[in-house]
Amino acid sequence: KKLDRLPKNDITAGQVYSTPQGYIEAAAKVYGAYALTSNIGPASPPGGGDIKGIDEGFSDFLRLFWGAQELSTDEAVIAWGDAGIQDFHNMNWSSSNPFLTGLYYRSLYQITLANDFIKNAADEVLNAKGFGAADVANIVSFRNEARFLRAYQYWALLDLFGNPPFVTENDVIGSNALPKQIGRPALFAYVESELKELENLLPNARTSDYGRADKGAVWALLARLYLNAEAYTGTARYNDAVAYSKKVADAGYSLVGNYQNLMRADNQKNTNEFILTINYDGTRTQNYGGTTFLTHAAVGGNMPAAQFGIDGGWGGIRTTKALVNLFPDPSGNTDKRAQFWTSGQLLEINDQTKFEQGYAITKFKNIEMVSGKPGSNLTFPDMDFPIFRLAEQYLIYAEAVLRGGTGGDASTALGYINALRTRAGAATVGSGQLTTDFVLDERARELYWEGFRRTDLIRYKRFTTAGYLWPWKGGTVNGKAVEDWRNVYPIPVADKNANPNLQQNPNY
Amino acid sequence: QTRTISGMVSDSKTGEPLAGVTVSIVGRSLATLTDSSGTYHIFAGSSVSALQFSFIGYATQTVKLAGDRLDVSLVPEIANLESVVVIGYGTAKKKDLTGSVALVTSKDFNKGQATTPEQLIAGKVAGVQITSNNGAPGSGSTIRIRGGASLNASNDPLIVIDGVPLSNDGLSGSPNPLALINPNDIESFSILKDASATAIYGSRASNGVILIVTKKGRRGKPVINFNTQFSVSKLPGYADVLSADEFRNYINTNGDAAQIALMGKASTNWQKEIYRTGIGSDNNLSVSGAAAKGKLPYRISVGYLKQQGVLKTSDLERKSAGINLSPSLLDDHLKIDINVKAARSDARFANTGAIAAAVNFDPTQPVYSGGNRYNGYYEWLDPSAVSGLKSLAPRNPVGLLMDYNNNGTNIRSIGNIQFDYKFHFLPELRANLNLGYDVAHGYGKIFVNDSAAQKYGSVVEGKQYNGQADKYASWRDNGLVEFYLNYTRLFNRHKIDLTAGYGYYDFVTRNINFASYDASGDLIPKTTPNFALDKPRYTMLSYYGRLNYSFNDRYLLTAALRTDGSSKFNSNNRWGIFPSAAFAWKLKDEAFLKSSSTVSDLKLRLGYGVTGQQDGIGNFDYISYYNLSSATATYQLGDQYYQMYRPGGYYYERKWEQTTTYNAGLDYGFINNRIYGSIDVYYKKTTDLLNEINQPAGTNFTNKIVANIGSMENRGVEFLLNVVPVQSKDLTWNVNFNATYNKNQITKLTVVDDPSYPGAQNGGITGGVGNLIQIHSVNYPRSSFYVLQQVYNEAGKPVEGVFVDRNKEGLINENDFYRYKNPDPRFFLGLGSSVNYKKLSAGFSARANIGNYVYNNVISATALGTNILNPLKYLNNGSSDLLLTGFAGGGDKLIFSDYYIENASFLRMDNIYLGYDFGKLFPQTGNLRMNLSAQNVFVITKYKGLDPEVQGGIDNNFYPRPRVFVLGLNLDF
Repeated sequence: KKLDRLPKNDITAGQVYSTPQGYIEAAAKVYGAYALTSNIGPASPPGGGDIKGIDEGFSDFLRLFWGAQELSTDEAVIAWGDAGIQDFHNMNWSSSNPFLTGLYYRSLYQITLANDFIKNAADEVLNAKGFGAADVANIVSFRNEARFLRAYQYWALLDLFGNPPFVTENDVIGSNALPKQIGRPALFAYVESELKELENLLPNARTSDYGRADKGAVWALLARLYLNAEAYTGTARYNDAVAYSKKVADAGYSLVGNYQNLMRADNQKNTNEFILTINYDGTRTQNYGGTTFLTHAAVGGNMPAAQFGIDGGWGGIRTTKALVNLFPDPSGNTDKRAQFWTSGQLLEINDQTKFEQGYAITKFKNIEMVSGKPGSNLTFPDMDFPIFRLAEQYLIYAEAVLRGGTGGDASTALGYINALRTRAGAATVGSGQLTTDFVLDERARELYWEGFRRTDLIRYKRFTTAGYLWPWKGGTVNGKAVEDWRNVYPIPVADKNANPNLQQNPNY
Repeated sequence: QTRTISGMVSDSKTGEPLAGVTVSIVGRSLATLTDSSGTYHIFAGSSVSALQFSFIGYATQTVKLAGDRLDVSLVPEIANLESVVVIGYGTAKKKDLTGSVALVTSKDFNKGQATTPEQLIAGKVAGVQITSNNGAPGSGSTIRIRGGASLNASNDPLIVIDGVPLSNDGLSGSPNPLALINPNDIESFSILKDASATAIYGSRASNGVILIVTKKGRRGKPVINFNTQFSVSKLPGYADVLSADEFRNYINTNGDAAQIALMGKASTNWQKEIYRTGIGSDNNLSVSGAAAKGKLPYRISVGYLKQQGVLKTSDLERKSAGINLSPSLLDDHLKIDINVKAARSDARFANTGAIAAAVNFDPTQPVYSGGNRYNGYYEWLDPSAVSGLKSLAPRNPVGLLMDYNNNGTNIRSIGNIQFDYKFHFLPELRANLNLGYDVAHGYGKIFVNDSAAQKYGSVVEGKQYNGQADKYASWRDNGLVEFYLNYTRLFNRHKIDLTAGYGYYDFVTRNINFASYDASGDLIPKTTPNFALDKPRYTMLSYYGRLNYSFNDRYLLTAALRTDGSSKFNSNNRWGIFPSAAFAWKLKDEAFLKSSSTVSDLKLRLGYGVTGQQDGIGNFDYISYYNLSSATATYQLGDQYYQMYRPGGYYYERKWEQTTTYNAGLDYGFINNRIYGSIDVYYKKTTDLLNEINQPAGTNFTNKIVANIGSMENRGVEFLLNVVPVQSKDLTWNVNFNATYNKNQITKLTVVDDPSYPGAQNGGITGGVGNLIQIHSVNYPRSSFYVLQQVYNEAGKPVEGVFVDRNKEGLINENDFYRYKNPDPRFFLGLGSSVNYKKLSAGFSARANIGNYVYNNVISATALGTNILNPLKYLNNGSSDLLLTGFAGGGDKLIFSDYYIENASFLRMDNIYLGYDFGKLFPQTGNLRMNLSAQNVFVITKYKGLDPEVQGGIDNNFYPRPRVFVLGLNLDF
């Protein structure tokens, strides 16, 4: 018994899950793991990050997801020399790419946290605790939200890696049982069925506390899932995409008046357009990923840091001319969504590692909308990041209708598109101009750098093919096609090795 | 009838009388000691025919009586076969050892300045590698015995001082865990290398054991010793960077107009600005003797050390005191040994970030700006930033040093009381009780004033904070209880020595968590820690037994068994069993060699043993603990920010890592041991390797955890040779040489063998973020470099960004990396020699490593155009290697080029000394010796960096090792 020693400050699961407050603080981790990289802000001492084997500042969900979705496309290039980071744009990533490994483990880590919470908040467990009815109701709501957050991560894995290992609250954490894959169609069906169930369990759209998922988020994810169903399973589901994007559109959300105010220090005020956000705070939610990355890495060259509400740029990310050319002109005069920094920057990219090559993007600013003052901390922005916002649902609706989805109509679709264009100060379009190709371009104009581009290009079969080239696609200056199997990322060799059940994606 | 026999004992070489020699009557338990004039008187019966004379460091002699007077001159021993060696829980004579044990006593210690104990024996022992971590005053060393046995657990040997095992955990405020032991108090080091020797320390002995014995009082009249050293330390050289002129030339050629305009008018050698000549002194006074009519031997010592580092603002001051009492009571049946050592060090730790900053800072800029801002130091400015400083640009190296005040104090005391009782009714049985403690308190303060650029202008919640005023404090409260019984008996030709014991070891640390404050004392928001105190703790229990059996004093057998329990494992896996066995055969004593005059010693040793490891892993990792997040890592839900409970990764099945060692050794001596030494071959295999592995995703709260998976081998040969080419009355010449070959190879790393698994990457480098340069891979040495193969042009110049497509896939990516060399030397050698001519002595000791490679991160991170012409609108300096390669930089692959892996084999002249013995200053007393020495005299190497001896193999601007000149005086009364 002399050998039984306990930590002084850390506590066991039994102790955490003995009070309603403990449940809420455990649920806060299920949410907070989207925004933060460890339990110490902005970063833990070495080895303390949630995800090991990758620099902690790189290891948050948004930064990794963003890199996989944007750096691999025409929307973004990066100047840095971190191992594997250039492989995205050059499209030569392998199964040991550290960023893909980090992203994969981050998603499955968040799933594991959700599983742990869901299991500890099961009805039979809760009933034995003797909590009051209000507390139980709140915990049950968090349990349902944890299921939603898990479904979201499975969607991300479905989209990025295709066929990840599958674990739920029924798998014992810490056991020697090795998870299995269930295949992309089955995973699609699982995410769909979870969301369909949650549709009836979560609070009504726009009734939850800020930062918590509600029906609006469930519908938004379903719409996104259905829009891409053909890519995921081979079977198109445009009717469902129309239905669910319509539910969001009709739920009482509205567009923020000024497009350029979407990504600002105090953008938590944009609740009319934002459906679900990852929340950051300069003082209380600090990390080196997320919007810290998006604001700092985008600033370099002769861009004055103060204009962006930060203490200095990191000189990393810019865009290619492929995005710039989607706008009538880069000044923003004809379309306010064209937020480029051109002074000192070249449009052409001869060397991806030079920040001055490629236009910089000024979409993300740690500046308050009205006062123009910087956020509370110049290193860590206050800016939240919307993972669902109304504009995307308008675009889903339009595209699904154009792709033959029933239950919607073309004039509503046109109205949605023109609503976005009007807000941006861009000329409205007629029904004749509204094609699927137009929607793809409109998505880029509206949603660039928000983590959609790779999924969109795959859906349009332009990600790997010769049909659409951009500077340095596949590692050549004018771009070239790459192998089709690069439409899904590889299962990281780290997990393939730890779990012999896993099948690698084809050709990796 | 009794008679009194008297005489005098002297040194056969010098003729000086020897005090404290044990004179005993053969076959009886009657003995006396010589007094300070070397004379003795002993009562002896008429039947007594011979007396035995024994003294440490001299060959024991038995001399036949021929009358009542007997003068004897003792011959200094060369091979020390009679030396008593401390082994675990007891002692043995060197000639009776069965395991691989090296003994280094004070007379063989490295001469010159030794601030910490391990420096006394660097390069002296085959199989033992001691690498000082850097050149900071009092900095520690990395000690590797036979390469270490682990990957993710500790590779540090167990260090035991006078029976108190030390914890290897560093404590804040102290430069190194051994730094508070005064080297002047040390009598000897025993280094237990193979498992048959170490297994008695079971669980903690996988990486070898170093037993340190401090000096004790001796019977005889009090001896006062005073020694003082004065030292001057200088930097042997600077990192090779562009001079101001080369830099100007480079910028003018390669930069654009804006970059050329950034240059200043000065020519500053930044390295010169941050280093200095350090002076130091080390003063020690000791008194030893025996009080209470010889019943109470004592030794009291005090020391005072003050040392300046060669890097400005790094200083160490240490005061130490030690008391040793070793009374014997009850007719010598009860021996008590009391050791108390205490020390206080006050150190100022320099901001070592200045070392890299001095390599990187633009040499055309002046040290001072001429204004008052940032304390007058020149800095890169950005008027648009709140701080006015260019973010990410290096800060003025001199400012980094001068504005940073980190003063740490460490107070430590180690002590024990050991009772050794020989039973009155059964003198063959001894009981030994050892109660020990190791307590320390470290604390300090980091202060950076409010205009210092290094901590200027952070804005939190709209308020600006300047400077820093942070505190740190921790305590260590380790304790131990050990008890053993020993039974020794000679039955005719059978000798039995049985030991059985128990040990309890408690390791407690207390850390205070402080909030952060700025220079004016304002709390930086949200930095108040959740818990003001943390108290990591673990406990171990041990039971052990050992049998030494010898037959005819010729065949020796040792068998030991130890079982250890550690609180770090779950209750099913807590206990580990560690057996060992060894056999030795004294061939010299066999008939066919007994009469040989050529062969003076020959002993064969064979050993086998298993040891365990649990150091270096978490204290509570067998279940998941939930940790509450800090105030800066909360999450907003609604209007509230919630702290988060994070479940920790855990590994229920974790158990002892086990290392099995096989050792075969031969001790030899020729021509009356004028030539002697040993040769050992060993094979060590570590199984259940504590190895950080990837967890199957979705099965744990972490993706990597230290599990018991994999195995690793070390195999090697150690060779030791001592030669005394000349030994005469006036002249003695000694040469000692040791050589070690060690080969490390990982044999398994994963549960399922998978040839496609590249391995576990490690070895963080600067340049980019999170890049790793090393890898643990099956069939390769641990921490092999994992790099891309550089392509060279016909002129032999590396072609930038062009690498060999090793897998012929048509592109260069992670699959083209290969394993190339590793940081561990294949061979390491030590050579020393000393000459004594009358009163003059001189000597040297040198070390060489062969086959160790270093990743030159200084070159890879700085010798690039993009580093010098930084895209963030400031200029950096960099390594002159740029002039050779002309690398422009950019791209993510260049930093992984094998071009940066350099052969860092070296020969280092560690020490050269010259001493003179002035003899007695006064008629009877006052012996004065003086010596001059130089340390780190020169290094021969092809390595391009400042110093090829880089622990871990990644050279990234560490605190350089100085060259030290020492004048020492030693006075005995």
